[in-house]
Amino acid sequence: MPHSKETQLELLERMLLLRRFEERAGQQYGLGKIGGFCHLYIGQEAVAVGALTALRKDDHALSGYREHGHALARGTDPGAVMAELFGKSNGTTLGKGGSMHIFDSERGFHGGYGIVGGQIPLGAGMAWATKLKGQDSVTVCFFGDAAINQGVWHEVANMAELWGLPVIFVCENNKYGMGTEVSRAAAVPDVYKRASAYDMHGEKVDGMDVLAVRDAMDRLVLRARTTMKPALLEAACYRYRGHSMADPATYRTKEELEEYKKKDPIERLKTSMTAAGQLDEAAVKALEAKIKAQVDAAVKFAEGGTAPELHERFTHVYAGIEQYQGEGLKLDDFIDPHHVHIPTGKAPPTAGEA
Amino acid sequence: MALLSYRDALNQALHEEFARDDKVILLGEEVAQYQGAFKVSAGLLQKFGEKRVIDTPISEAGFVGMAIGAACLGIKPIAEVMTFNFAILALDQMINNAAKMLSMSGGQLSVPLVLRGPGGAAHQLASQHSQALESQYAMIPGLKVVLPATPADAKGLLKSAIRDPNPVVFIEGEALYPTKGEVPDGEYVIPIGKADIKRAGKDVTLIAWSRMTLVTLEAARLLEAEGIDAEVVDLRTVRPVDREAILTSVRKTNRAVVIEEAWPWATVGASIVDLIQREAFDDLDAPVLKLNGVDAPMPYAKNLEHAMLPNPDAIAVAAKKVLYR
Repeated sequence: MPHSKETQLELLERMLLLRRFEERAGQQYGLGKIGGFCHLYIGQEAVAVGALTALRKDDHALSGYREHGHALARGTDPGAVMAELFGKSNGTTLGKGGSMHIFDSERGFHGGYGIVGGQIPLGAGMAWATKLKGQDSVTVCFFGDAAINQGVWHEVANMAELWGLPVIFVCENNKYGMGTEVSRAAAVPDVYKRASAYDMHGEKVDGMDVLAVRDAMDRLVLRARTTMKPALLEAACYRYRGHSMADPATYRTKEELEEYKKKDPIERLKTSMTAAGQLDEAAVKALEAKIKAQVDAAVKFAEGGTAPELHERFTHVYAGIEQYQGEGLKLDDFIDPHHVHIPTGKAPPTAGEA
Repeated sequence: MALLSYRDALNQALHEEFARDDKVILLGEEVAQYQGAFKVSAGLLQKFGEKRVIDTPISEAGFVGMAIGAACLGIKPIAEVMTFNFAILALDQMINNAAKMLSMSGGQLSVPLVLRGPGGAAHQLASQHSQALESQYAMIPGLKVVLPATPADAKGLLKSAIRDPNPVVFIEGEALYPTKGEVPDGEYVIPIGKADIKRAGKDVTLIAWSRMTLVTLEAARLLEAEGIDAEVVDLRTVRPVDREAILTSVRKTNRAVVIEEAWPWATVGASIVDLIQREAFDDLDAPVLKLNGVDAPMPYAKNLEHAMLPNPDAIAVAAKKVLYR
């Protein structure tokens, strides 16, 4: 179905926001403002944007740990996401979740999860909950090509089809599970075919084409909403950066990367819109300026935030207990406030990879 | 008061909570049409229908994870595992998702879930079906861990667990299902985190939970015949633990034995001993002893099985040891 100029502009703007936000996050990581593991979404923007703009406000979504883009595509404030990456109390999860656990439940984005495939049962469970409550909401559960090799995918695919759950599993096949190429990890590298084992609808879409992703999702969301049936959508895509900031991605060739960059989802939409007379250089410039201002503001918001107070270690441990006391000895009783060790110079080394 | 089996007391709790709150659902292997592998869910399907009482495939990680996801959006699932030996398959979901959801979402999502089923040794079920695994949950902040010993406690605590806004691991004693006891008439709940003095005494404190409470009460009777007045503290909950009940009793008797079905290393029992030596050192007249199951997988043969777990005689000997008698 042809999309209106307005829709296409919205898709373009969202994708640009994801791209520029992640570029800045990578830069801030280099400056030491962001710690831990940080998995950038650059290259895959068409998938999150195409898929999540197909949803209603009362629909639900969740993802793995490469999820900054999914939160932004769902409408989460870039400042709150950046602040979370900075580990600040004005972040999406108050500085407790960090890069891998962005949550914005108010906007129907229920998290990034750090265990490969661990969110798959949660997504089906959320779809089950809305069905039990008599709602016609749909849940979209994102995961990568490596996650589909986890046992829970098979368990949950079976139950989702058996019980008729309105969940769409979007497998972002970016060709590599960390450094392992799909064909070295999967007996059936065509991920979407795995749905057939459970009589589930499965299909594949060009994940570098935002309009194609949006079309596929418009169909699948309507299908899930009206028939309460799950589906698996394989989005063939590519990440331009390494698995995480620590990964130089030496397991693939420069030529391969360049091939995919030629199919860049943002350039592709720009080109087709320009050809259709819906976009000109001035409009692109204006859009870039708008996004840059947004990302600048996000960094400023993050920089302006404060580190979480120490007592926040004991909040949100148990529901109904505002300030948990903790079992065992109180470490704080042994910390002499006059002799607190303040690390100077280089930050402690981070773990090599995950 | 009515004399009820542990199984029937649990069944009553389920029926009452299902009637009280239509967000409560039960899912698990054989819970619906079969009426439960141990008949704990008897009658639920007939009364509340297949939308709320759901038979699952044998996919523990999958259905426990789905229950967690449903709980995030306001359902109150009770996920039954046929035994806690199989719940090991869902440990990732419990530890990485259920226990951490509230924290890693910065308070946005909570998980009002009960994971329940039988645990502990039964009879001649051998190594994979006879294990006390509560310690692997008790170490995790974000979880609550409950192990009732009597029918009355089982009913009152299960009702509390279902109403709790947190993930509660509720381990029923597999060997306890047919045991009977007085259960109060009418509506009542027992708060999670409160121990119960199952026998008051002044000479020595015996601390236990789940089936070991009954074995310890038997030991107290043996000790009574020898003129020793033991106090039996039934923890009922091992996370959060009732520190005050433990310390009050130890300060009174000045001697303690912890009796635990699990293996001896790195367990709830070890943490109880740690608590007592730290908080009540000056009140102690003897080192605290900890009595555990034998540090080996459970064998099948009757005679070997019999020699694996703390029994009343062994507990009585341990009690006399801390009394230097």
